[in-house]
Amino acid sequence: MNTLTLNPGRLAALGRSELTLLVRNRAAVALAVLMPLLMVFVLRSSLSGAEGAEAVGEATLTGGTGMVLILVVHMNLVSAYVARREELVLKRLRTGEANDLEILAGTALPAAALALGQIAVLAVAGAAALNVRMPRNPLLLVAAVLAGIVLLAGLSALTSSLTRTVETAGLTTLPLFLATVLGSGLFVPADSLPDPVARLCELLPMSGVMTLVRAGWSGAGDADLVGAALVTLAWTVNTVFAVQRWFRWEPRR
Amino acid sequence: MTDTVIEAEDLRRGYAGGFEAVRGVSFSVARGEIFALLGTNGAGKTSTVELLEGLAAPTGGQVRVFGLDPYKRRAEVRPRTGVMLQEGGFPSDLSVTETVRMWGGVTSGARPAAEVLELVGLAARSSVRVKQLSGGERRRLDLALALLGRPEVLFLDEPTTGMDPEGRRDTWALVRDLRAQGTTVLLTTHYLEEAEELADRLAMLHEGELVLSGSPAEVTATRPARIRFTLPAGIPAARLPLALRAAAYGQRVEIRTGNLQADLTELLGWARECGAELIGLDARSASLEEAFLEIAENHRTAGGARTEDTKAGTPR
Repeated sequence: MNTLTLNPGRLAALGRSELTLLVRNRAAVALAVLMPLLMVFVLRSSLSGAEGAEAVGEATLTGGTGMVLILVVHMNLVSAYVARREELVLKRLRTGEANDLEILAGTALPAAALALGQIAVLAVAGAAALNVRMPRNPLLLVAAVLAGIVLLAGLSALTSSLTRTVETAGLTTLPLFLATVLGSGLFVPADSLPDPVARLCELLPMSGVMTLVRAGWSGAGDADLVGAALVTLAWTVNTVFAVQRWFRWEPRR
Repeated sequence: MTDTVIEAEDLRRGYAGGFEAVRGVSFSVARGEIFALLGTNGAGKTSTVELLEGLAAPTGGQVRVFGLDPYKRRAEVRPRTGVMLQEGGFPSDLSVTETVRMWGGVTSGARPAAEVLELVGLAARSSVRVKQLSGGERRRLDLALALLGRPEVLFLDEPTTGMDPEGRRDTWALVRDLRAQGTTVLLTTHYLEEAEELADRLAMLHEGELVLSGSPAEVTATRPARIRFTLPAGIPAARLPLALRAAAYGQRVEIRTGNLQADLTELLGWARECGAELIGLDARSASLEEAFLEIAENHRTAGGARTEDTKAGTPR
C-alpha cells in the first residue's frame, strides 16, 4: 500500500459494481435487510422487564444499531472480500490504477451505505414507534457509527484472510458476532456483569463504539467516553496495520 | 537508437517454503517490440510476468518499466500499462458491459465500452453475464480490459489459451495492429507457433532460468539441423563416412549438423557409391519447436527431480 489517497471516481466505479453484485445476491440482501429488523424484535422482547418503557426502547435502538453494524457490515463484507479474492477479482484490480485502499474501500461502500441507511431508519421510525426521544447527541452518534464501520471493514478484511470459501464465512464471522452481542452490551448491560468481567469486556473490539453509540443516543451520562474512543482508536490502528501485513489478495494455491 | 521500455536484471523470485521460481533472469524489451516468453508449464513464466507487472516485488535483482520500479512506483506506472492475467478476474454475476464499465471507472482515458468490445469481437455478447461466457470469450473480455486505457505496454499472459483457431487468429491480428500503432507487447505462451507468428524476439525459460533468447530466426539458426534414415540390413552404421557425426540406434541413424547441405551431399554420394537405399530419409532445419523440445529434454536429464512442485509454496 504505497499511496493512500482516495480517488472519488474510482471509488464510485468499484462501489457501483459491488452494489450491483449485492443486489443480485438474494441471500445477502435478505441477510442485510431482514436480519437486523428481526434482531431488533428479539432484542426488544429479551430486554423487556427492565425499568421503564423508554429505557427498554432506547436499549433496543442502540442494540439494534450494533446489530446492523455487525450483520450488514461485518458479515456482508467478509463474504464479499472472500468472493472477490477467490474469483481473482482483487488480483485483477491490483493490475489497474486503483490502489489497495481504494479497492478495499470501494468494495465496502455499498455495505457501509446500507448500514447507514438502516440506522437512519431505526433512529427515525424506531424512535417514533417505541416512543423514544430522538438521539440527544446526533453528531456523536454519527461519528461513532462511522468509526464502527471503518473498524468493522478492517476487521472484515482481516477475517476474510482466514476464510477459505464464501461458505465458511458464516463460521469465521461468528467469534466477532458473539463477542459483540454478548460482550459489548447489546443484550447484556455491562453493569450487570461482575466487575472484572465487565472491565475485560470494555476492551472488546466493538465495546468502545457501542459505548459511544449509547452516549450519542441518551446523552453522555457517566460513561467514560475518552476511554471508549481510545479503545476504538487502538483497535482501528492495529487492524489497519494487520490488514497491510496479512491481507490476502489472491487465493492460496 | 532503441528506447528500452522493460528491463529485467538478474531477477529472482522465491516463495515461502524456499522454492525459487525465478532464478536470475535478465532481458530487456525495446519500445514497439513484441517479446515472447516461452517455457513449459512451471518454467516460471507467470512468476516472471507478475514481477514485470508490479504485482509482487522480486526477492532479488530489479525490474524497470519506463525506468521505474513497477511495484514501488505503482501509481506512475499503472496508467501506462495494460495487463491480461493468465486467468480472468471478473465477478461472475456482472454482465460484459458492466464489467467493462467498472474497469473504465478505474482507468484513466478509458475508451467507450462499445468501442473496445467491438475491437475484440465481443459486441454481440455485451449483455451476457460473465459466468455464461465460454473460455475463449472470457479471454476476449480480458483482452478488452487490458486495451481499455490505450496502454503503451501490454502484458499478455497466455492470451490465446482456450480460444478456438479463429479466436487465436483474431487475437494475433489485433496484437499486430497494436504493434503497428507503437504498442510494446510482452506475452507468454506455450504455443510455439504463436511465438513464431508474432514475436520480434523471444526468450525461453526453463526451471526459472533463461536458457535461450533472440529473434525466432536466431534461435533456430543456433540449433543443428537433423537428418534421419534407416540403413538396409547388411550395411552396418559403422560404414558411414566418419565426417558425418552420426548416431546409430541399430539400423536407425540420426545425424545432427550445422551444415545441412554439405552433410546431406556427402551422405547421398556415399549411398550411391555403395548402393545403399536410405529408408525413410528425412532432412530438416531446426524449427522453434525442435529447439524448444531439445532444450527441455537436455535440462530434464540434467536437472533431475527439480521440476516437481512448481506450485508449492504461497506467493509473497
